[in-house]
Amino acid sequence: MSTQDLSTLKAGDALPTLTTGPITPLTLALFAGGSGDHNPIHVDKAFAVSAGFPDVFAHGMLSMAYLGRALTDWAGATAVRQFGVRFAAITPLGASVACDGIVEQIIEQEGERLAKLTLRATVVDGPVTLVGDALVRIG
Amino acid sequence: MIDRKHIGATTEEVSIDVELSQLRLFCQAIGETNPVFLDADAARAVGQERIPTPPTYPQTLLNLSPFKKNLVLDVIEADLARMLHGEQVFEYHHPIQVGDTIRMRQTVADIYDKKDGALEFIVLETLARNQDDVVCATLKSVAVIRN
Repeated sequence: MSTQDLSTLKAGDALPTLTTGPITPLTLALFAGGSGDHNPIHVDKAFAVSAGFPDVFAHGMLSMAYLGRALTDWAGATAVRQFGVRFAAITPLGASVACDGIVEQIIEQEGERLAKLTLRATVVDGPVTLVGDALVRIG
Repeated sequence: MIDRKHIGATTEEVSIDVELSQLRLFCQAIGETNPVFLDADAARAVGQERIPTPPTYPQTLLNLSPFKKNLVLDVIEADLARMLHGEQVFEYHHPIQVGDTIRMRQTVADIYDKKDGALEFIVLETLARNQDDVVCATLKSVAVIRN
Protein backbone atom coordinates (compact mmCIF):
# COMPACT_ATOMS: atom_id res chain seq x y z
CA MET A 1 0.00 0.00 0.00
CA SER A 2 2.40 2.68 -1.20
CA THR A 3 1.26 6.26 -1.11
CA GLN A 4 1.49 8.29 -4.29
CA ASP A 5 3.92 11.03 -5.27
CA LEU A 6 1.92 14.15 -4.48
CA SER A 7 4.64 16.72 -5.21
CA THR A 8 3.07 17.79 -8.50
CA LEU A 9 -0.48 17.87 -7.18
CA LYS A 10 -2.66 20.80 -8.29
CA ALA A 11 -6.19 22.12 -7.88
CA GLY A 12 -8.68 20.03 -9.82
CA ASP A 13 -6.80 16.76 -9.34
CA ALA A 14 -8.90 13.86 -8.09
CA LEU A 15 -8.36 11.44 -5.25
CA PRO A 16 -8.43 7.83 -6.53
CA THR A 17 -12.00 6.58 -6.01
CA LEU A 18 -12.37 3.96 -3.29
CA THR A 19 -15.40 1.69 -3.74
CA THR A 20 -16.40 -0.74 -1.00
CA GLY A 21 -18.22 -4.06 -1.21
CA PRO A 22 -21.92 -4.20 -0.30
CA ILE A 23 -22.74 -3.44 3.34
CA THR A 24 -24.25 -6.50 5.05
CA PRO A 25 -25.69 -7.04 8.55
CA LEU A 26 -22.31 -8.58 9.41
CA THR A 27 -20.54 -5.36 8.33
CA LEU A 28 -22.71 -3.41 10.76
CA ALA A 29 -22.24 -5.91 13.59
CA LEU A 30 -18.47 -5.72 13.14
CA PHE A 31 -18.59 -1.93 13.01
CA ALA A 32 -20.73 -1.76 16.17
CA GLY A 33 -18.09 -3.79 18.00
CA GLY A 34 -15.10 -2.25 16.25
CA SER A 35 -16.18 1.36 16.71
CA GLY A 36 -17.92 1.09 20.07
CA ASP A 37 -21.11 2.61 18.58
CA HIS A 38 -23.76 0.24 19.92
CA ASN A 39 -26.81 2.24 18.79
CA PRO A 40 -29.41 -0.49 18.13
CA ILE A 41 -30.79 1.40 15.13
CA HIS A 42 -27.87 -0.09 13.13
CA VAL A 43 -28.12 -3.73 14.27
CA ASP A 44 -31.63 -4.40 15.62
CA LYS A 45 -34.33 -4.37 12.94
CA ALA A 46 -37.21 -4.22 15.45
CA PHE A 47 -35.69 -1.10 16.99
CA ALA A 48 -35.12 0.49 13.55
CA VAL A 49 -38.72 -0.22 12.55
CA SER A 50 -40.01 1.27 15.83
CA ALA A 51 -38.03 4.41 14.97
CA GLY A 52 -39.80 4.66 11.60
CA PHE A 53 -37.20 3.09 9.30
CA PRO A 54 -37.85 0.07 7.05
CA ASP A 55 -34.73 -1.73 8.29
CA VAL A 56 -31.41 -1.16 9.98
CA PHE A 57 -29.03 1.14 8.13
CA ALA A 58 -25.30 1.80 8.19
CA HIS A 59 -23.54 3.95 10.76
CA GLY A 60 -22.62 7.29 9.18
CA MET A 61 -19.21 6.87 10.77
CA LEU A 62 -18.65 3.70 8.72
CA SER A 63 -18.80 5.73 5.51
CA MET A 64 -16.64 8.43 7.12
CA ALA A 65 -14.10 5.70 7.91
CA TYR A 66 -14.21 4.60 4.25
CA LEU A 67 -13.49 8.22 3.23
CA GLY A 68 -10.65 8.19 5.75
CA ARG A 69 -9.22 5.08 4.06
CA ALA A 70 -9.32 6.91 0.72
CA LEU A 71 -7.34 9.77 2.30
CA THR A 72 -4.69 7.66 4.07
CA ASP A 73 -4.26 5.27 1.09
CA TRP A 74 -3.49 8.36 -0.96
CA ALA A 75 -1.43 10.58 1.34
CA GLY A 76 -0.20 8.33 4.16
CA ALA A 77 -1.36 7.09 7.53
CA THR A 78 -0.63 10.28 9.49
CA ALA A 79 -1.10 12.95 6.79
CA VAL A 80 -4.64 14.08 7.65
CA ARG A 81 -4.78 17.40 9.54
CA GLN A 82 -8.50 18.17 9.44
CA PHE A 83 -11.43 16.03 8.29
CA GLY A 84 -15.10 16.91 8.49
CA VAL A 85 -18.35 15.66 6.99
CA ARG A 86 -22.06 16.36 6.96
CA PHE A 87 -24.26 13.27 6.79
CA ALA A 88 -26.71 13.98 3.95
CA ALA A 89 -28.58 10.68 3.52
CA ILE A 90 -28.88 7.26 5.11
CA THR A 91 -26.79 4.39 3.72
CA PRO A 92 -29.04 1.32 3.39
CA LEU A 93 -28.14 -2.36 3.73
CA GLY A 94 -26.75 -3.72 0.48
CA ALA A 95 -25.16 -0.42 -0.52
CA SER A 96 -21.71 -0.24 -2.00
CA VAL A 97 -20.12 3.09 -1.14
CA ALA A 98 -17.94 5.12 -3.52
CA CYS A 99 -15.57 7.66 -1.94
CA ASP A 100 -14.34 10.58 -4.05
CA GLY A 101 -12.38 13.73 -3.50
CA ILE A 102 -11.15 16.74 -5.46
CA VAL A 103 -8.22 18.99 -4.64
CA GLU A 104 -9.56 22.53 -4.29
CA GLN A 105 -6.38 24.32 -3.29
CA ILE A 106 -2.77 23.80 -2.24
CA ILE A 107 -1.84 25.85 0.83
CA GLU A 108 1.06 26.29 3.24
CA GLN A 109 0.27 26.14 6.94
CA GLU A 110 2.63 25.84 9.91
CA GLY A 111 5.49 24.86 7.61
CA GLU A 112 3.54 22.10 5.87
CA ARG A 113 2.30 21.85 2.31
CA LEU A 114 -1.37 20.87 2.49
CA ALA A 115 -4.05 19.93 -0.01
CA LYS A 116 -7.52 21.21 0.74
CA LEU A 117 -10.01 18.68 -0.59
CA THR A 118 -13.74 18.43 -0.95
CA LEU A 119 -15.01 14.92 -0.32
CA ARG A 120 -18.09 12.93 -1.15
CA ALA A 121 -19.42 9.47 -0.35
CA THR A 122 -22.11 8.10 -2.64
CA VAL A 123 -24.19 4.93 -2.65
CA VAL A 124 -23.29 3.31 -5.99
CA ASP A 125 -26.32 3.99 -8.25
CA GLY A 126 -27.83 5.96 -5.38
CA PRO A 127 -27.70 9.24 -3.47
CA VAL A 128 -24.81 11.24 -2.08
CA THR A 129 -24.59 10.25 1.59
CA LEU A 130 -21.72 12.32 2.97
CA VAL A 131 -20.24 15.63 1.86
CA GLY A 132 -17.15 16.99 3.51
CA ASP A 133 -13.69 18.39 3.35
CA ALA A 134 -10.18 17.65 4.54
CA LEU A 135 -6.75 19.19 4.90
CA VAL A 136 -4.04 16.68 4.09
CA ARG A 137 -0.24 17.03 4.24
CA ILE A 138 1.35 16.45 0.85
CA GLY A 139 4.97 17.31 1.57
CA MET B 1 -37.81 20.66 23.25
CA ILE B 2 -34.43 20.08 24.83
CA ASP B 3 -33.73 22.32 27.79
CA ARG B 4 -31.04 24.82 26.77
CA LYS B 5 -29.72 24.72 30.35
CA HIS B 6 -27.63 21.75 29.20
CA ILE B 7 -25.39 24.02 27.08
CA GLY B 8 -22.04 23.95 28.83
CA ALA B 9 -22.63 20.59 30.52
CA THR B 10 -19.42 18.62 30.61
CA THR B 11 -18.19 15.17 31.50
CA GLU B 12 -15.41 14.27 33.87
CA GLU B 13 -12.09 13.54 32.17
CA VAL B 14 -11.65 9.82 31.58
CA SER B 15 -8.74 7.75 30.28
CA ILE B 16 -8.69 5.03 27.68
CA ASP B 17 -5.77 2.90 26.53
CA VAL B 18 -5.18 2.62 22.77
CA GLU B 19 -5.08 -1.15 22.35
CA LEU B 20 -3.99 -3.09 19.28
CA SER B 21 -6.75 -5.72 19.61
CA GLN B 22 -9.51 -3.07 19.43
CA LEU B 23 -7.76 -1.27 16.58
CA ARG B 24 -7.55 -4.54 14.62
CA LEU B 25 -11.28 -5.15 15.08
CA PHE B 26 -11.98 -1.59 13.89
CA CYS B 27 -9.74 -2.11 10.84
CA GLN B 28 -11.49 -5.39 10.04
CA ALA B 29 -14.87 -3.63 10.28
CA ILE B 30 -13.91 -0.85 7.85
CA GLY B 31 -11.93 -3.04 5.43
CA GLU B 32 -8.67 -1.34 6.36
CA THR B 33 -5.72 -3.50 5.25
CA ASN B 34 -2.92 -0.90 5.27
CA PRO B 35 -0.21 -2.69 7.31
CA VAL B 36 0.87 0.62 8.87
CA PHE B 37 -2.33 0.44 10.99
CA LEU B 38 -1.86 -3.23 11.86
CA ASP B 39 1.81 -4.05 12.24
CA ALA B 40 4.55 -2.36 14.29
CA ASP B 41 7.30 -3.12 11.75
CA ALA B 42 5.26 -1.62 8.90
CA ALA B 43 4.62 1.48 11.04
CA ARG B 44 8.34 1.85 11.81
CA ALA B 45 9.11 1.46 8.09
CA VAL B 46 7.19 4.69 7.42
CA GLY B 47 8.84 6.51 10.30
CA GLN B 48 6.22 5.95 13.02
CA GLU B 49 7.54 5.04 16.44
CA ARG B 50 4.39 2.99 17.17
CA ILE B 51 1.29 1.97 15.20
CA PRO B 52 -0.81 5.05 14.33
CA THR B 53 -4.61 5.04 14.28
CA PRO B 54 -6.94 5.84 11.33
CA PRO B 55 -8.53 9.31 11.00
CA THR B 56 -11.91 8.48 12.55
CA TYR B 57 -10.45 6.40 15.39
CA PRO B 58 -10.69 9.22 17.98
CA GLN B 59 -14.48 8.79 17.82
CA THR B 60 -14.06 5.09 18.62
CA LEU B 61 -11.92 5.95 21.63
CA LEU B 62 -14.63 8.41 22.68
CA ASN B 63 -17.37 5.79 22.24
CA LEU B 64 -15.41 3.33 24.38
CA SER B 65 -14.42 5.84 27.07
CA PRO B 66 -15.85 4.95 30.49
CA PHE B 67 -17.83 8.11 31.24
CA LYS B 68 -20.08 7.77 34.29
CA LYS B 69 -22.89 9.39 32.33
CA ASN B 70 -23.42 9.75 28.57
CA LEU B 71 -24.09 13.45 27.92
CA VAL B 72 -26.72 12.87 25.24
CA LEU B 73 -28.56 9.87 26.67
CA ASP B 74 -28.18 10.31 30.45
CA VAL B 75 -27.81 14.07 30.95
CA ILE B 76 -29.87 15.59 28.10
CA GLU B 77 -31.98 12.39 27.98
CA ALA B 78 -32.44 12.57 24.21
CA ASP B 79 -34.41 9.73 22.61
CA LEU B 80 -32.01 7.45 20.74
CA ALA B 81 -34.76 6.37 18.32
CA ARG B 82 -35.19 9.97 17.11
CA MET B 83 -31.50 10.79 16.86
CA LEU B 84 -29.30 10.87 13.77
CA HIS B 85 -25.69 11.87 13.27
CA GLY B 86 -25.65 15.22 11.47
CA GLU B 87 -22.02 16.26 11.27
CA GLN B 88 -18.59 15.13 12.42
CA VAL B 89 -15.33 17.09 12.37
CA PHE B 90 -11.85 16.10 13.52
CA GLU B 91 -8.79 18.28 13.87
CA TYR B 92 -5.50 16.45 14.32
CA HIS B 93 -2.56 17.91 16.21
CA HIS B 94 -0.47 14.89 17.21
CA PRO B 95 -0.71 11.21 16.23
CA ILE B 96 -2.68 8.86 18.48
CA GLN B 97 -0.71 5.62 18.60
CA VAL B 98 -1.12 2.14 20.02
CA GLY B 99 0.22 2.20 23.57
CA ASP B 100 -1.01 5.73 24.29
CA THR B 101 -3.40 6.50 27.10
CA ILE B 102 -5.84 9.08 25.79
CA ARG B 103 -7.76 11.37 28.15
CA MET B 104 -11.11 12.67 26.96
CA ARG B 105 -13.53 15.28 28.21
CA GLN B 106 -16.74 16.09 26.32
CA THR B 107 -18.82 19.28 26.48
CA VAL B 108 -22.23 20.32 25.15
CA ALA B 109 -21.10 23.31 23.07
CA ASP B 110 -24.54 24.29 21.75
CA ILE B 111 -28.17 23.26 21.38
CA TYR B 112 -30.34 24.88 18.70
CA ASP B 113 -33.35 24.10 16.53
CA LYS B 114 -34.58 24.61 12.98
CA LYS B 115 -38.00 24.43 11.32
CA ASP B 116 -39.80 25.73 14.45
CA GLY B 117 -38.34 22.97 16.60
CA ALA B 118 -39.03 20.07 14.21
CA LEU B 119 -35.29 19.46 14.22
CA GLU B 120 -33.04 20.05 17.21
CA PHE B 121 -29.27 19.96 17.10
CA ILE B 122 -26.87 19.05 19.91
CA VAL B 123 -23.27 20.11 19.33
CA LEU B 124 -20.71 18.09 21.30
CA GLU B 125 -17.04 19.01 21.50
CA THR B 126 -14.30 16.76 22.85
CA LEU B 127 -10.64 17.33 23.56
CA ALA B 128 -8.34 14.29 23.39
CA ARG B 129 -4.96 14.54 25.13
CA ASN B 130 -2.33 11.86 25.56
CA GLN B 131 -0.33 10.66 28.57
CA ASP B 132 2.18 13.50 28.03
CA ASP B 133 -0.61 16.12 28.14
CA VAL B 134 -0.18 16.76 24.39
CA VAL B 135 -3.42 17.68 22.62
CA CYS B 136 -3.83 14.98 19.93
CA ALA B 137 -7.21 15.78 18.46
CA THR B 138 -10.41 17.73 18.82
CA LEU B 139 -13.73 16.18 17.88
CA LYS B 140 -17.01 17.91 17.07
CA SER B 141 -20.20 15.91 16.63
CA VAL B 142 -23.62 17.28 15.78
CA ALA B 143 -26.55 15.05 16.74
CA VAL B 144 -29.93 15.76 15.11
CA ILE B 145 -33.16 15.02 16.99
CA ARG B 146 -36.26 14.49 14.82
CA ASN B 147 -39.18 15.84 16.88
